[in-house]
Amino acid sequence: MNRIDQRFATLKAQNRTALIPYITAGDPSPEYTVGFMHALVDAGADVIELGVPFSDPMADGPVIQKACERALRHGTRLHHLFDMVREFRRRDTDTPVVLMGYLNPVERLGYDAFAQHASEAGVDGVLVVDMPPEEADEFGPLLKSHGLASIFLLAPTTSEDRAARICAQGEGYLYYVSLKGVTGAATLDVDAVDRQLTPLRRMTDLPLCVGFGIRDGESAAAVGRVADGVVVGSALVNRIAEGADDPATIAPTLKEVLGDMRRAMDA
Amino acid sequence: MTDSPATDTSVIDYGDLTRLPDARGHFGPYGGRFVSETLSFALEDLEKTYLALRDDPDFRAEFDRDLAQYVGRPSPLYHAERWSAKLGGAQIWLKREDLNHTGAHKVNNTIGQALLAKKSGKPRVIAETGAGQHGVATATVAARLGLKCEVYMGAEDVQRQKVNVYRMRLLGADVVPVESGTRTLKDAMNEALRDWVTNVDDTFYIIGTVAGPHPYPLLVRDFNSVVGREARAQSLEQFGRLPDALVACVGGGSNALGLFYPFVEDREVRMYGVEAGGDGLDTGRHAAPLASNAPRGVLHGNRTYLMSDEGGQIADTHSVSAGLDYPGVGPEHALWKDVGRVEYVAANDTEVLEAFRELTRLEGIMPALESAHALAHAKVLAPTMRPDQHIVVNLSGRGDKDIQTVAGIDGIQI
Repeated sequence: MNRIDQRFATLKAQNRTALIPYITAGDPSPEYTVGFMHALVDAGADVIELGVPFSDPMADGPVIQKACERALRHGTRLHHLFDMVREFRRRDTDTPVVLMGYLNPVERLGYDAFAQHASEAGVDGVLVVDMPPEEADEFGPLLKSHGLASIFLLAPTTSEDRAARICAQGEGYLYYVSLKGVTGAATLDVDAVDRQLTPLRRMTDLPLCVGFGIRDGESAAAVGRVADGVVVGSALVNRIAEGADDPATIAPTLKEVLGDMRRAMDA
Repeated sequence: MTDSPATDTSVIDYGDLTRLPDARGHFGPYGGRFVSETLSFALEDLEKTYLALRDDPDFRAEFDRDLAQYVGRPSPLYHAERWSAKLGGAQIWLKREDLNHTGAHKVNNTIGQALLAKKSGKPRVIAETGAGQHGVATATVAARLGLKCEVYMGAEDVQRQKVNVYRMRLLGADVVPVESGTRTLKDAMNEALRDWVTNVDDTFYIIGTVAGPHPYPLLVRDFNSVVGREARAQSLEQFGRLPDALVACVGGGSNALGLFYPFVEDREVRMYGVEAGGDGLDTGRHAAPLASNAPRGVLHGNRTYLMSDEGGQIADTHSVSAGLDYPGVGPEHALWKDVGRVEYVAANDTEVLEAFRELTRLEGIMPALESAHALAHAKVLAPTMRPDQHIVVNLSGRGDKDIQTVAGIDGIQI
């Protein structure tokens, strides 16, 4: 069983909601990333989404755009991410790691090589923002053959037909983008999210995780009541940006912010 | 080179090239719809709307009427006799897209997409622009239809193209300078996509070139192919046969596809796409993904030849012309390169400026710097051909917007 499935099975048995932090690998520079990952786990992360920096992150708002720029300035590339995950695995063999990013770095490396390196490094799932299921004919099966879950997005604009197809093709969990917009945008309406998740529950048994618009303990707890998992990105990446000049302060801050969310969700 | 996608396009027979893309928007291994989920629905919707209207006689009649009465089509096919004589080879004919309302071929497409926007009932349009020609053409149709209009433009291009920026503002559009990335066309497109994903319910995105996710490469090509249909008929009428060669500049590639597409199955007509050679292909400072054999990649919703580094990060591009300063290229061009239907070459900045000055002085026609790339290659090609042969060059836009740039190169402040 893949670590992601295992983790969600455990959470379900405990009647708890997954907390899924996102950070951009290599931000503010590559030597800090593994330390941040451990700090996030200490603060209660159930799954880690590790962002692959890209020069043209079209679906991201300014916070994650700048994180990509910081990471790229230090030359962070895919092979560094594989090294980071390998190092993370020396101390943590349980927490699932999902690589999240855009297709071009993956295409440039080659699908086969990517799947092989990711799997060997200890990655569990892959979410490629600009690769919807209809373009994943070749990539999806390759990931599967290496034991990697293909994680797909669902959006408020997704039609019922598409949702059914995505639910059928998705693995690990489904990432429900709660807002129309880029990452880091406005706040969200939990009741609306709840209404939108209801028909999806009839289509799939996969955990439904919700991201976009979660910034503190209160919003995390509110979303946690209607979803199986809560994804938080820009709120953490913002803290990394604030601490970029004094990176030693970042890990404790991340722990504090994520810890607040964990406590609010478990209360 | 990447080990995927594994398709070797050189050994596949794609049959009649006019029948592409396939139902999923693929031109062989290129094209497609690589977008985040939020936009998938809007693109499916646009595809449905367009396919239903594509052969609708009323829609076609409305489009043709706008092109005739608002744009001023057909544009002439002009025999550049003095320039041809000077080059001492083939006869050069200029397809005068510079005479269109707003001064470039771009308006053919914005008229078409504005009609789609009107059918969709969306009150707001957005666009990305490089040189500003597409932005001006979008602001123009938005003014005419009473639509709210916002144009994203790289901050560097806002500096390079001040006249067009002010033109757009006079037309009532908001011009948003984009400060991210390299502050050029690709960044403007990123920002337009971010706007669209946020405002998809009430906003129609008018993409200016034959790139982007399906169905944009298809519909932008279709709306621009009026250029090639006219050129084909005018060739038969004015010199009694099809041209021996076609030449057009290629950034994203919309004017080239517009000219080439109606000729693509006329296998005896040679076609040349001219990319921006910048400081020269060997310097790495250029915007010529096809001519430089860049690897395949995915950006802005489609797979194509794409300038990127080993790690897949998009490369910086360079060109004297803002409108060609783009790291990718329309996916249909990518396939046409692979199957050998079109030869893609590059003209560098120096050659382009020389062609710009030569046409201005010999024919009294000042070309856009983008179009001057096509002229620069015609200068190379014509002397290798006989005087009874004919070359049609797409003069895709006029050069008024570039006067400041050229003056700057001459060391003159105006």
